[in-house]
Amino acid sequence: MDFITIQHASKRFSGVQALKDVTFKVKQGEIHGLVGENGSGKSTLIKILAGVLPADGGEITIEGKKITSYGPLTGIRHGISVIYQDISLFPNLTVMENILLGRVLEQNRKIFSRKQFEQRVVNILDELGVDINHHELVGELPIAQQQLVAIARALNNDSKLLILDEPTTALTRQEINQLFRLVNNLKDLGIAIIFISHKLDEIAELCDTVSILRDGEMVASKLMSELTINKIENFMVGKSMIHTRNIHAHVSPEQVMEITNLTKKNNFADISFSLQRGEVLGVIGLLGSGRTELASALFGTAPADSGQIKISGEPVTIKSVQDAVKHGIAYVPEDRLTQGLVMNKSIKLNIAIATLDQSTTSIGLVDTEKIDAMAEKWIEDMAIKTDDKEKIARTLSGGNQQKIVLAKWLAMDPKVLILDGPTVGIDVGAKAGIFITINEMAKNSGMGVILISDEIREITSHCHRVLIMKNGRIARELVGEEITDMAIQRDLDEQKRVMAQDLK
Amino acid sequence: MKARSNLLKSREFLLGITIVILLVVNSLLAPSFLTYTNIVNLLKSFTVLGIFSLGVLLVVISGGVDVSFTAIAQVVQYAVVYLFLNNIQGNIFLSFVLAIVMGALLGFLNGYLIHRYKMPAIIITIATQNLFYGLMYVITEGQLLYIIPEYFWKISNTMLFKQYAANGAVSGISMTTVIWLVLSIIIALLLKFTVLGRSIYMMGGNPVAAQRIGVNGRRTTMFVYGTMGAIAGIGGIVHVSIVQTVIPNSIVGQELQVIAAVILGGASITGGKGSVLGTFLGVLLFAILSNSLTLLQISSYWYNVFTGSIILVSVLLNAVQELQQQKQKIRVRVENA
Repeated sequence: MDFITIQHASKRFSGVQALKDVTFKVKQGEIHGLVGENGSGKSTLIKILAGVLPADGGEITIEGKKITSYGPLTGIRHGISVIYQDISLFPNLTVMENILLGRVLEQNRKIFSRKQFEQRVVNILDELGVDINHHELVGELPIAQQQLVAIARALNNDSKLLILDEPTTALTRQEINQLFRLVNNLKDLGIAIIFISHKLDEIAELCDTVSILRDGEMVASKLMSELTINKIENFMVGKSMIHTRNIHAHVSPEQVMEITNLTKKNNFADISFSLQRGEVLGVIGLLGSGRTELASALFGTAPADSGQIKISGEPVTIKSVQDAVKHGIAYVPEDRLTQGLVMNKSIKLNIAIATLDQSTTSIGLVDTEKIDAMAEKWIEDMAIKTDDKEKIARTLSGGNQQKIVLAKWLAMDPKVLILDGPTVGIDVGAKAGIFITINEMAKNSGMGVILISDEIREITSHCHRVLIMKNGRIARELVGEEITDMAIQRDLDEQKRVMAQDLK
Repeated sequence: MKARSNLLKSREFLLGITIVILLVVNSLLAPSFLTYTNIVNLLKSFTVLGIFSLGVLLVVISGGVDVSFTAIAQVVQYAVVYLFLNNIQGNIFLSFVLAIVMGALLGFLNGYLIHRYKMPAIIITIATQNLFYGLMYVITEGQLLYIIPEYFWKISNTMLFKQYAANGAVSGISMTTVIWLVLSIIIALLLKFTVLGRSIYMMGGNPVAAQRIGVNGRRTTMFVYGTMGAIAGIGGIVHVSIVQTVIPNSIVGQELQVIAAVILGGASITGGKGSVLGTFLGVLLFAILSNSLTLLQISSYWYNVFTGSIILVSVLLNAVQELQQQKQKIRVRVENA
């Protein structure tokens, strides 16, 4: 039986059609994957389901009953809970309070009694099989446990539909396994689940049904058994265009960067490698392998304790971001929202910000004409979708924001470009564009690229050489023909097995 | 239990220890310090600041700030006394009712502007502070009210647990202090055991999440600033009862000291954190400090220097602790070679 159906729902935001005549059904006790590129309307659909946004038209039916008016509390009263990507808990309150307060508000209680419900909280946490002290402050828990608290809160609300919005982004594989087990248990209890993810392998692993949005339209809604990852990708972009092996042959033997015995306590140890001109070097490893920490050390945000870094044969010290920039190192962080962009400033300013000292007039003032010209050049080169370079960065889609971050650093003509998960959370189409640009730049300017990524296919498609990291050290190096999806996958799986055994 | 192991780190505990140390040092240096008379007088002289701090605590926990409450207290105080002198046959009870209603209305105006226009509370309340205070000056031309109805004095002159000195002087816990303590208990209960109170913490801790689970942002904001206004009104009446004259510029200017006491008491200026006990101890620390300067005959010019240093040290302590934790956090379990 369908738990919820939305029929012919549309939504417009100031001129943009976010959803067009969408019809969407979720059955009781099914895990329903919802996928689509950024800007395809997933979040809008979720917000309508949760009652946070009203739809412009259409009809919502829950358990066979037509719903007329709809607000945040209506959603909760009908048993719909959303676990948002940002988790949406209160870090300043205890686990117990976080679990209880939603329901207490929904029941319109005036007095908040902890004693009355303490046993219920303990029971729910037991049921979930999680070992969390309910008196602890949520802000002191790791992300994975916070997510479990959010799920516990949903259960306390007697949820019948649980919407998980990109729940795995910040989790280790082990934690993902635990989450999937939990989700399957909830499914057995008859709870419907909507699972949103950019990682299609996770969708394939977990979901019974998959619905695909493209440009605000529902282009397919099928059983997973009728689909493959490739088919889903085709539905998402309309054509298959990604992940063809794309490696240029212009690597020169000249070393642009050489690292010897780089070490940072509690982060990584004895890292040695070299990077040649024009080379794309892949770095892959599980979460907690030290790859991101290594990148932070190379860029000076969290400098290494010991070891040597040479740029173009010259030994350098990198103790700050300024040092790194001075020596021609550029860094595109994973979290572009908080680290890469000045969100409330224009595209133009964001592109120009790292190279302001080069865009000056003869007396040292900022030359706005130079900046305008530069911004226009990069908007064109990177195919950033915008009609105006003065637009505020926040208003762009994730993919376009990532392109701006990239343009900012490419504008300073770096010797070494570090990309840390450059395509996390951005859509398939934008991904392809980003890699084409990076490849071009590496080939033409001879910059060396260090590509850190979770996605194996991204690494195998674009890298000349691959380093596999494990527990803060380089565990393996793959060159040329050795670089295959299989080889890397096998290595990472082996690491996970060992880790799982260690924990036992 | 976890809560107990955190006791040593808690702000209340740290403040308590500091206060005890100050008490010991003071009583060694000035024998008159730890006397009943001195203590009850000390409490009385910090009653107004203490009352204000309760309203500020609510506002700060909710993630906001209010610098207009001194102006509200001033305006309400002037208006009530003026009305009772000229227009209405008043009494103590009526003075509090009027003060609460007028204060709450002015507070609601703050709350409305802050919620409706999503403006930073600091900007709105700087504006309303000047507005309220300025209008009062325009209307009253800054005239003092020297003679006030006698029943106002009675509040502060009524004492509990009286003790008589050999020379006939009476000392005891003033009714004003009782008002402060009773208000403290009410606010503490409200914060801890009502859904509304927890909503204030939710809004301060994560406003987006609060909206998503159904906290009524408008109602909570209105409540917080309205209560701040009402408490300011009560403070205004208590103030006139202690000072026994209406001086139009005697309250405005204290707002930063009140906010400082609340922050010192462990409330977070970014919202979501704070307790009545901590705030009470924060006020007490200020009180003892100022008193010890007097008893030790140190120039009162030093008072601000000490105040500033205490706030700086308490804030730095937090920041240093946090930085340390960040540093020691194990991010990767590095394998031994």
